[in-house]
Amino acid sequence: MSDTKIPSGSDTQAIAHATRQNVLRKRSSGRLMIFGFLSPTLAILLFMVAYPIFSLIYYSFYNFSALRQSTMKPVGLGNYAYLLSDPELWERFIFTGKFVFICVTLQMLIGIFVGYQMQKNFRGRDVIFTILMMPMMLSPVVVGFLWRYMLNSEWGIINFLLSSVGIAKIDWLGQTNAALWAAAAADTWMWTPFIVLLATAAFRGIPETIYEAAEVDGASPAYRFFRITLPMSAPVLFIALILRLIDSFKQYDLFVALTGGGPGSSTETVSFSVAKTAFSYFYTGEASALAVILLVIIIGLSMILVRHLTKMGEKY
Amino acid sequence: MAEITLKNLSIEFGDFKAVDDVNLTVKDGEFVVYLGPSGCGKTTTLRCIAGLVKATRGDVLFDGQRVNDLTASERNIAMVFQFVSLYPHLSIKENIVFPLKARGIAKAEIARKLDWVTDVFKLGDELRRYPGALPPGARQKVALARAVIRDPAVLLLDEPLSAIDEQFREEMRWELGHLQRQLGVTTIYVTHDQREAMSLADRIVLMNDSRIVQVSEPDRMFFDPINVFAGQFIGSPSMNLIDLVPVSGGLRLGDSEVTLTEKRDRLPQWALASKRPLKLGVRPLNVHLTDEKSAGDALPVDDIFSVGRERFFSFRIGDNIYQGVDKRLSTGGTEGRVHFEPEGLLFFDADTGRRVDAEAAA
Repeated sequence: MSDTKIPSGSDTQAIAHATRQNVLRKRSSGRLMIFGFLSPTLAILLFMVAYPIFSLIYYSFYNFSALRQSTMKPVGLGNYAYLLSDPELWERFIFTGKFVFICVTLQMLIGIFVGYQMQKNFRGRDVIFTILMMPMMLSPVVVGFLWRYMLNSEWGIINFLLSSVGIAKIDWLGQTNAALWAAAAADTWMWTPFIVLLATAAFRGIPETIYEAAEVDGASPAYRFFRITLPMSAPVLFIALILRLIDSFKQYDLFVALTGGGPGSSTETVSFSVAKTAFSYFYTGEASALAVILLVIIIGLSMILVRHLTKMGEKY
Repeated sequence: MAEITLKNLSIEFGDFKAVDDVNLTVKDGEFVVYLGPSGCGKTTTLRCIAGLVKATRGDVLFDGQRVNDLTASERNIAMVFQFVSLYPHLSIKENIVFPLKARGIAKAEIARKLDWVTDVFKLGDELRRYPGALPPGARQKVALARAVIRDPAVLLLDEPLSAIDEQFREEMRWELGHLQRQLGVTTIYVTHDQREAMSLADRIVLMNDSRIVQVSEPDRMFFDPINVFAGQFIGSPSMNLIDLVPVSGGLRLGDSEVTLTEKRDRLPQWALASKRPLKLGVRPLNVHLTDEKSAGDALPVDDIFSVGRERFFSFRIGDNIYQGVDKRLSTGGTEGRVHFEPEGLLFFDADTGRRVDAEAAA
């Protein structure tokens, strides 16, 4: 624009219009391309995730059983109202909450402690690390059965060991509280390695000079751990915590194998209830509503996680 | 404040001798700079004094007390590291008061000390920020503030300025020297930069290959190097080293026609009589160009070039190229005769590299 003709009003408008058209054309062709590349993934997601979720939400507003497809009665929020006023369901939530709390607390404490030991270099570290990781690689059902055998009140190894030190046999899976702790122990046995893995990585990510500086500054080992190690690995540990929260909240298969929900239905988690309502009683509408409630809670937890991850991305 | 003594100190990592039988006393309040090429053992020595590395043999003494078995936190030392060692999750203020908090000092005392260092280092604006938001130079300033806030007996500095850009480094170097004199704290500073060593040190400890080569004041280090290594490591451009060949009437410079004589170049008698092969060390500073036919020698001058205000020239003896400083006022051509200043001539044993002339007392 080196010639100095001052453009008149209509000229400027025309130029602006042309430019905008140009930009739009370019932008839209770019968008088309992006959409083209994404479409296979989008199609799969739509089919595998969006469709089931939408039908779930849809069914949750109906009195409907998958066994009798012809009778589908819209009930509005009836399923939700029924569920939320059902004391049985609240018990399921309380039980699940207890289970989640015990599991996550134990796993974080043990995981951080073991992770702190594993960050040090010592002979045989790699071998021990590999062995430590093994429970995590098993299927929860396998873990459930494994612990069920170990906890068997008549011939299980745990009662055998207890009796050898003079403690009477405990009917682990026959009492609600004992079963809760047994399940928590199994889940902890299986998932603590996950915390160990992340904690070790986080601890090892702290540069050596930071520790040396702290030592020179006169910080005791405990002071170093609480003022340097923990806060500096907090972002990673927080992710581990949320992942474990979500996962143990959804726990289902472990209970199927370990307690079968018993005694009675006292060790049924919310997920367990969903499965039972849907596939034992075939109250599909009610099960859908419960699943939606579960989904909302888990999305809430996930959002904390995602927001945290985004923040971490900005910080580092 | 403390006096530090290293007694027959050796540090080994497996088969590798990082520090080999080192003896040194750093006086109370002294500023000692460890200088040497990478891997010579200077940082390892410093880390051993700090208590971060164990001595394999020998002792580290603080005021005559053996401290080998004390941990770093028990030694009342402060240290500034080469690379970032600030706590990234703590604010600048929390970083600086960390050593006080770690030792459980009372709050009022912490506040008083914080005010003092904030003032000394002019850190007011930075206190609430985090290390990640500061440029490297400012970070090292904070590290220094953290080091001095608790009146350490010894201040250890491991190449604290090497990660800082040139301009800020000069400023920091000056401030550091000023601060050390003000506090009077015994300071050991490690660097491979001879300019830092020359400008900061009361005494320089020159190390090479895990051993101490020479310990002396910066001036003496420059004018009285104890061997070829010391002579060539200190000074830029580095010292010329020329073979001397005994001939009748004097010593010939390498493969040239030029012979240094007793009368003109004030060659010492013993050098003329020497049976050992010698090398002549002469700093570019002591080699000039002259237009007088009677002064100087006819050596082929290759090039004359300016670096800032100084004009250097290069000349050849045989296949070797050496440097001198052209101090003539005229910028006249590449002609001229090369003149060696007699007082700048240093003699070294050609085999051992040791200084052999009389002045080398150290």
